[in-house]
Amino acid sequence: MSMRLARPGTSDKAETSPLAVRGLTVSYGGDPVVFSVDMTVAPGQMTAIVGPNGAGKSTLLKACLGIVKPLAGRITAWGKPVARQSSRIAYVPQRTSIDWDFPVTVIDVVLMGMYRDLGLLRRVRPQHREAAMACLDRVGMRDFADRQIGQLSGGQQQRVFLARALAQQADLFLLDEPFAGVDAATESAIIAVLKALRDEGRTIVAVHHDLSTVEAYFDRVFLINRRRIAEGPVSTAFTTDTLHEAYGGRLSDGFTARRA
Amino acid sequence: MGFEFVALSLPPMVIGTLAAIACALPGNFLLLRRQSLIGDAISHVVLPGIVVAFLLTGVISTLPMMLGAAGAALVAVLAIEAIRRFGRVEPGAAMGVVFTAMFAGGVLLLEQSDTSSVHLDVEHALYGNLESLIWLDAVGWASLVDPSALSLLPPELFRMAGVTVLVAAVVALFWRPFVLATFDEGFARSLGLPTGLIGLAIATLAALAAVAAFDAVGSIIVIAMFICPPAAARMMTDRLGAQVAWSLGFATLSAVLGYVMAGYGPLWLGRTDAVSAAGMIATVSGAVLLLATLLGPHRKHP
Repeated sequence: MSMRLARPGTSDKAETSPLAVRGLTVSYGGDPVVFSVDMTVAPGQMTAIVGPNGAGKSTLLKACLGIVKPLAGRITAWGKPVARQSSRIAYVPQRTSIDWDFPVTVIDVVLMGMYRDLGLLRRVRPQHREAAMACLDRVGMRDFADRQIGQLSGGQQQRVFLARALAQQADLFLLDEPFAGVDAATESAIIAVLKALRDEGRTIVAVHHDLSTVEAYFDRVFLINRRRIAEGPVSTAFTTDTLHEAYGGRLSDGFTARRA
Repeated sequence: MGFEFVALSLPPMVIGTLAAIACALPGNFLLLRRQSLIGDAISHVVLPGIVVAFLLTGVISTLPMMLGAAGAALVAVLAIEAIRRFGRVEPGAAMGVVFTAMFAGGVLLLEQSDTSSVHLDVEHALYGNLESLIWLDAVGWASLVDPSALSLLPPELFRMAGVTVLVAAVVALFWRPFVLATFDEGFARSLGLPTGLIGLAIATLAALAAVAAFDAVGSIIVIAMFICPPAAARMMTDRLGAQVAWSLGFATLSAVLGYVMAGYGPLWLGRTDAVSAAGMIATVSGAVLLLATLLGPHRKHP
């Protein structure tokens, strides 16, 4: 407990942050999976949400999007309730949460990202299709547009989901384990797209599992193990001490030794 | 042949086809949401609703029965959702619990109440009575353009047609939210779509189709049409729009072919009696599913 950092951020920081969480507690019926968490995402940066299995990383993300209902806490995007800002937020769910047998083609998945434009009944016009193809182009999946999604490899599926997020033309991108179970080529393709988005001024937040790539990929880290452990630039928040606090004995000594 | 066909065969054939289509439409979404059994559940839970309606009104008439059935179906849908959400039980188990409990309740109610004087039995509920939905006022094909004769068509036909049009209209209007919430619920939520409400709406459409079809044709067709045509259609294509079109085609094929085979099949085989149309329609839809499983171009495990 003594290791706990001071609460960051004044309320005016929360006013401008693309995503600010205050006092978030989430439970699925038993003990809280996320307990009294504060998070202030820095605009125009790439933030990794890092922590051990069961630390509440995905739950934190889902609560931010209104997918799970918190017991307590306030979540704002650019100072307003997230529900009112959903048009500026794109979400890439965990690949394993999807039924890949679903009878839908790649291009149709990307077009789902344009739901806000298309609404209930507006026709899909050539310009929508072109925009969707451009998104597929950006992730190197143009040639797969007419495939059923189940025919793709895991990495290709992940790229299609990223293309759908691009089609949302959002300012804030929330990704749940975008590199889980993908091939090396996909991983570098995805990180290139995310860095390009950041360089355009957009904000990226990703649940991330691979501690060895945190420094190479991300600007900032949010370390969580039910409670917030540390938050800040990689250089100050992603240290041997904070990692030990987040992972306890579960972190391999080899990794911390390498860092030390 | 003209008179006999128009008066005796056409109305039940059309009602059977409409019932099949009304069930197959939401059945496509139930299949993809892995909730196909919800149709089965609903077609069983209407029994206590019908018995309660009889106990309250003391008569067997269509409107109270429909209301009672619809009320029971709604209670079941809410109970299934509640058990699934708050009990964290898998959907199949939640449905199994609710539908057996409610059907059992209906049987007990039926036993304990004095329904011996009226025609309310389990057999009618299972098989319906498609063959009795005839159009005695028809004199031939010309009756199809005769307003006074048309107004005397079996009322089940208009009711089934109304429900079919309503179900089709809702599915068409909310196609995109239905697809989004079924394919990727988390993503749909992040767009601000009320996915809980959408799930409830799909189940309610299924309940509506089930109650209307149950009243007209019994619960066997209902169960078969929720599952068989969409499941067969899934193996014909990898696109949802095409899947729905195939499922409607299969539903129509099953209803028409099943009705014809039930009426004339035994005669062709040298027997004298016709067999249950509802049973034959369900059998044909099962055969269609079997063929699609063996030969469909988009089977999962070729």
